[in-house]
Amino acid sequence: MGRSKVIKVNLMAWIFLLPSLIFLIMFTLYPVISTLISSFYKSDLSTIEPLFVGFDNYQSMMEDEVFRKAFINNIWFAIGTVPTSVLIGLLLAILVNRTFIGKSLSRVFFFYPVVIPMVAASFIWLFFYTPDYGMVNSILKLFGFGELNFLGNSDTALLSIIIMVVWKEAGFFMIFYLAALQNIPKDLLEAARIDGASKWRQFRSIVFPLLMPTTLFSAIIATTNAFKTVDQLVVMTQGGPNNASNLLLYYIYENTFRFMDYGKAATVTVIVLIIMVLIAAIQFFATDKKIHYS
Amino acid sequence: MKRKLALFSVIVLVFGILAACNNSSSEGTTNSNSNGETIDLTWYYPVNVGGAVTEVIDKYAEDFNKEGIEVNGKKVTVTPVYSGNYDETMTKVQTAIKNGKAPDLSVQLSVDLFQIKNSIVPLDDFIKNDPEAQEMVNDFFPGFMENAQTEGKTWSIPFQRSTVILYYNKDMFKEAGLDPETTPTTWEEVIEYGKKLTKDGQWGIELPATVSGYWIYQALYLQNSENNMMSEDGKEVYLNTNEAKEALQYWVDLINEHKVMPEGVLDWSTVPTDFIEGKTAMMLTTTGNLTNVKNNANFDFGVAFLPGNKRVATPTGGGNFYIFKDTSEERQQASFEFIKWITDPTRAAEWSINTGYIATRQSSYETEVLQEYVQSFPQAKVAMEQLEYANKEISVYEQGKIQKIIHDALQAAINGADVSETLDKAQADAEAILKAYQ
Repeated sequence: MGRSKVIKVNLMAWIFLLPSLIFLIMFTLYPVISTLISSFYKSDLSTIEPLFVGFDNYQSMMEDEVFRKAFINNIWFAIGTVPTSVLIGLLLAILVNRTFIGKSLSRVFFFYPVVIPMVAASFIWLFFYTPDYGMVNSILKLFGFGELNFLGNSDTALLSIIIMVVWKEAGFFMIFYLAALQNIPKDLLEAARIDGASKWRQFRSIVFPLLMPTTLFSAIIATTNAFKTVDQLVVMTQGGPNNASNLLLYYIYENTFRFMDYGKAATVTVIVLIIMVLIAAIQFFATDKKIHYS
Repeated sequence: MKRKLALFSVIVLVFGILAACNNSSSEGTTNSNSNGETIDLTWYYPVNVGGAVTEVIDKYAEDFNKEGIEVNGKKVTVTPVYSGNYDETMTKVQTAIKNGKAPDLSVQLSVDLFQIKNSIVPLDDFIKNDPEAQEMVNDFFPGFMENAQTEGKTWSIPFQRSTVILYYNKDMFKEAGLDPETTPTTWEEVIEYGKKLTKDGQWGIELPATVSGYWIYQALYLQNSENNMMSEDGKEVYLNTNEAKEALQYWVDLINEHKVMPEGVLDWSTVPTDFIEGKTAMMLTTTGNLTNVKNNANFDFGVAFLPGNKRVATPTGGGNFYIFKDTSEERQQASFEFIKWITDPTRAAEWSINTGYIATRQSSYETEVLQEYVQSFPQAKVAMEQLEYANKEISVYEQGKIQKIIHDALQAAINGADVSETLDKAQADAEAILKAYQ
């Protein structure tokens, strides 16, 4: 390949990449850098002109009780939503991957929570959880349990949101698992069956490893979603009662738009960004070797 | 040839995108007075209650644009921009200001004054030289002007205003053997009534503790104290006085001791639904819900003054007009003319009928439309009469953070935290935040 040819090929590649590159710079790179810069400035209602304060924002963040609470809540939230929604997604996919009457209907049924806009779903669940006439309480009463104000109680608010999110997300992962399941070559399973492998053995040694890329993908999406949760909180609890369901992104939203404390918001954003990069890196490197891309 | 074509189309695409970005960013504001004949104002307005409010607003704008009011020989027109609820409006306005594209005027919470004071103009100059405007300002219910004024200046004009009010289910009162025309007037009576009204699947009373829960708490605070919970200049709050602690303790006692209210934090938007569904016999919430309850309750309901303790009192609430300072004086004057037009007594009366808000001007209640309406729906008048006992809603620097501190304390106490300790901590947190302004 001649030199001019190489340049030409590279140039073509760059030109084709240019549109995405422009968007990446405009909507990812530029905001990240400007957020990083803002996090070193004090900029709130009492400080109209941003004032350079070095790491002061980070230091005050460490002492900020609400931030700590939101941070811990968010970790519990991730632990509560990621494995469960991915696992339920997998189970649902296995369930609807067989042929039975009403197969399409149940697929639609499991997938429909994904299609509903988050805000609408939040309003529905707000009323599900309402004491007295809410659906959840009606069912509990049927079985003789007392009433519970799910969202109004510090002990149950976060768990209630977790359950709602699992309901919303499981169907999403089901679709990916379903596609992955149908891509598993039938001859592999057939060979295993001839060798006398049990159903469970087939799943453990063939299906599950071949699903790993999907699992990785789902886990990353679920984790990022766990840190991206905000709509439900705006509608259902506003982070309450007393910050029991406050999560990092909602805390950022509150600081930016309700308190107009831009320096603090930028600082929390940077912290969230670092967490996300770390999680993605761990998931990639730790699972990379165990994954078979067919 | 094919390759060249592909290359060309990519380049066109890229530049097309860039050009599109460029275009959209330069069209943000509405400066259509290039020919020097019209001033087109942009007006951000929120909708915070149910109903077809947007249509009403559009009709107002249409009427105003036909009216042909002029400033400096230029015709003034207005374009209303729906901007979500109060919070979202604040977000949009803040973003617009940050980008140097503030609207000409907006309707925002009257208590947002200290949050946006740096971006708005005081209105005294417009009022001073205009007898019509002076008459208007004097005609507003004085309670509604309180949150609009500080440092001896007037910063906003009342538009959609409300107070806290007691809603009660007359059918349930009858069922419990209570007179449906008398409501509890003291805190003790609330407990007494509440106990009679509470039974399986039905609660005596509900007070919401999210969204504007701090406001409901302020009503109890004011009833229990001669003083308000903040200083006039918005730089101090008094959250841990004995009166404050008693008020919060009373709220908690309604739940735990007297068991006339459901456990846990009650949501702002589910409380009116509870009332409409017949799950609670009484509720405290905004007058802004009046039209909603009227349209949806299939039982006989009444509204009444809030029960008092040491005194009868309620905070005011709702939204005012603000004019932004980053525009020309001419546009500000035009905005003021529009505000004068839309807060005219008849229009204020119509606005009240359409939304449930209290008509802001005293003379509105002498207009034919409102008098007729009040006759057919006497509940609409109670809130106005209660204005006599209205106090300033809490409005301070760092309004958002302070509100959150009050909410956190309120919700913590409802969830079992010690009232006294919780409020002491709230006071300390609030002082730390307000220190920057002293």
